[in-house]
Formats: sequence, structure tokens, C-alpha cells
Amino acid sequence: MSTPNTEWPLWEVFVRSKQGLSHKHVGSLHAADAAMAISNARDVYTRRQEGTSIWVVKAEDITASTPSEKDVMFDPANDKVYRHPTFYDLPDEIKNM
Amino acid sequence: MTQEMDLNQRFEQYIAADQKIEAKDWMPDAYRKTLIRQISQHAHSEIIGMQPEGNWITRAPSLKRKSILLAKVQDEAGHGLYLYSAAETLGISRDEMLDALHTGKAKYSSIFNYPTLTWADMGAVGWLVDGAAIMNQVPLCKCSYGPYARAMVRVCKEESFHQRQGFQIMLTLSQGTAEQKELAQDAFNRWWWPSLMMFGPNDATSKHSEQSMRWKIKRFSNDELRQRFVDMTVPQAELLGLTVPDADLKWNEVTGHYDFGPIDWGEFEQVVAGNGPCNRERIDTRVTAHENGAWVREAATAYAAKSSKRASSQNSAA
Repeated sequence: MSTPNTEWPLWEVFVRSKQGLSHKHVGSLHAADAAMAISNARDVYTRRQEGTSIWVVKAEDITASTPSEKDVMFDPANDKVYRHPTFYDLPDEIKNM
Repeated sequence: MTQEMDLNQRFEQYIAADQKIEAKDWMPDAYRKTLIRQISQHAHSEIIGMQPEGNWITRAPSLKRKSILLAKVQDEAGHGLYLYSAAETLGISRDEMLDALHTGKAKYSSIFNYPTLTWADMGAVGWLVDGAAIMNQVPLCKCSYGPYARAMVRVCKEESFHQRQGFQIMLTLSQGTAEQKELAQDAFNRWWWPSLMMFGPNDATSKHSEQSMRWKIKRFSNDELRQRFVDMTVPQAELLGLTVPDADLKWNEVTGHYDFGPIDWGEFEQVVAGNGPCNRERIDTRVTAHENGAWVREAATAYAAKSSKRASSQNSAA
């Protein structure tokens, strides 16, 4: 389906809920430019003090991995259980390691 | 063909395992279409739903009530926007959805085609209409399509104040003067049946229900949710000292539910077909607002183009 060119670009919105936490994707919105995207994001996504900082990124600037290649992409980590601490049996005498 | 079968099989496995489907995942066309229809209609309902309550903002009885009503209507705008974005992840544009609304091709919840005649309607709408909406929406937080489910989590979190503020208006009126109590009862009388219709046709006649249940878009049937709403609301009406406008309503010891009278589906069909009291007015208001905003949209686009041109020429000069 085509997008008529009168439509403002789509922006993805990321909000930091409080100092010390990372920004998290919360949704998207349309805006003519970055400044308007920030101000709309404030009204749409932080009406109840949900944020202390907002990032907006044009949706078209995001490169995503392909869902159909999920297996090729992420399976290699499957058989490397030795990357987890629970892989290693330790004598009972060792309490904290 | 075999590849399509594999993809379909995988999709079915995801659904069976209660895993979410995400925007870029393969999905059957019919699933995509059903979601686009449902999510966009849901978004339209939020946007059109601003009108019946917007009607009373300037006439709210106190500054406190006015601030609350403004916040509620603003939330509805926000909910419409969350939902439009969720629908856009399925490949439909915002303009296409708005066109469908403005030309009458897309539906929205029929309840918003009833007028809000008195201040008590703000109470009844919040208590009953938002109450019914919440009953419908809570299960959608678990629906199989990720972006819709996430939007609904936000909506539901924000919606619970809507119902409470409505109930509080009803409580204040029903504890007020005889005239105020009468206003509350009158609003209750007018909003009760349309609220029951919000759950949609009876299960036997609902044309999309079965497939949507299988896809886990819908988690409970229309009649199930409607019954839950009646069971929840009747004791609340008793607390308010108001009478449910249904002579057939009575507690059923055997089923453990309230039995209620037949719904006038003829009225429902009329309103859905565009012949409700306010259908024309709602769409006209919406289209006018959209047209009046055209110059703002164009100006903002022109300003953005000019600023980015200026920025790029400054960059190349430096």
C-alpha cells in the first residue's frame, strides 16, 4: 500500500522512564520534523510523568534484522551453554562463586 | 507453495504456543486484514468518542470537573494515536485510515452516535461506556498481535480513571437534590441499552467472532463479556440507588448471573447503518476539523523542508 506524500514522516519514540534506566521504545507518531516529533511525543506518550527524556528516530532510518532469518541469526548461541555460569559443577564446599 | 505452507504452519504454532506475532513476521493475509479492520475501527472510535464528551467541556459545572473532562478527552486522542500507529505496522497508512473514516467506509463504535443531552451524561458515559469499553479492552492486552497488545496495555492503564470519574459524577448526582438524582436516572435510562450493544451482536450472529477467537485476537465471546458487564454493573446501580431500565432483569440463582431482557438489535442495526441520532453530525464535525487543519499540516511540511534545506546548505558551506 502506498503512502500519499502529504503524510508527515513516521517517528519511533523512545522514553527514559527515570534516571538510571535506558530509553525504551514506546510507540510511534507522525510529525513534520524532529522538534515537532519531540513535542508530540511528550503529549502522546508522557501525559502521566512516564518520562524524564525522549528520543525520536525517523522510522525509515532504522535498520532491523529480518524475522525470517531469525534462526540463522540467533541459533548459534543455542549450543554454547558454557557461556552460562550454571554450566559448571562446583564442589559443595564452594559457597559463593 | 510449500514455503507458504511452512510459514503458515509456523504462524499457527506461534498462535498455539501463545507467542506474539510481531509486525515483520509472516502472517496470513486474512489475519492482517482482520487486524487492520479491528485496530483502525478501534482508533476511529477513540477519535469520534472525543465528540460526545467534548460537547460538555465548556459547560462543566466546576473547574475541577472541567480539568478532569479535558484530561479524559485528551487521553482519548492519545488512545486513538497509539492505535493508529499499531495499525500502521500492518502496512496501511494513516491517510488511508482517515479517508476510510471520513468517507464512511470504516465503522466506529455505534455508541458515539448517541447525543450527550445533560451533564449527567458525562457520568453515565464514563461509568457505562468506559466500563463496557474496559471489559472489551482488558482481554485485548493479551491478543496475539504484539503492537496491538502493547497499545492496549497503555490504553487500559489510563482508562480506569475514566470509569471512576464517571461513577463519581453519578454518585454525586444521585446523592444530590431530587432533580439531580432524576438527571442521573434519565442518563442511565438512555445509556444502559446502547452500552449493552457495545459488546456486539449475539455470538450466534457475530460474523467475525469465531475466526478471531481462533487467532487469539479475541479472547472471550460477545455474550460472555456482556454478561460479565451486567453482573458487575447491576450492584453498582443499586449502590447509586438507581433503577436498571429493564423490567426483565433478575438474579438467577441457578446460573449465578443476572438474566436480562432482549436487546433491540433493530435499533443497533439502524445506528450501524448510519441512521443513529448523531451519525451525520459526528462525521461532519470530524471532516471539518480535518479540513480546517489542512493549512497547518501544509505549513509544517513547508517549514520542515525549508529548515532541512537551510541546514544542508550550511553544512556544505562549512
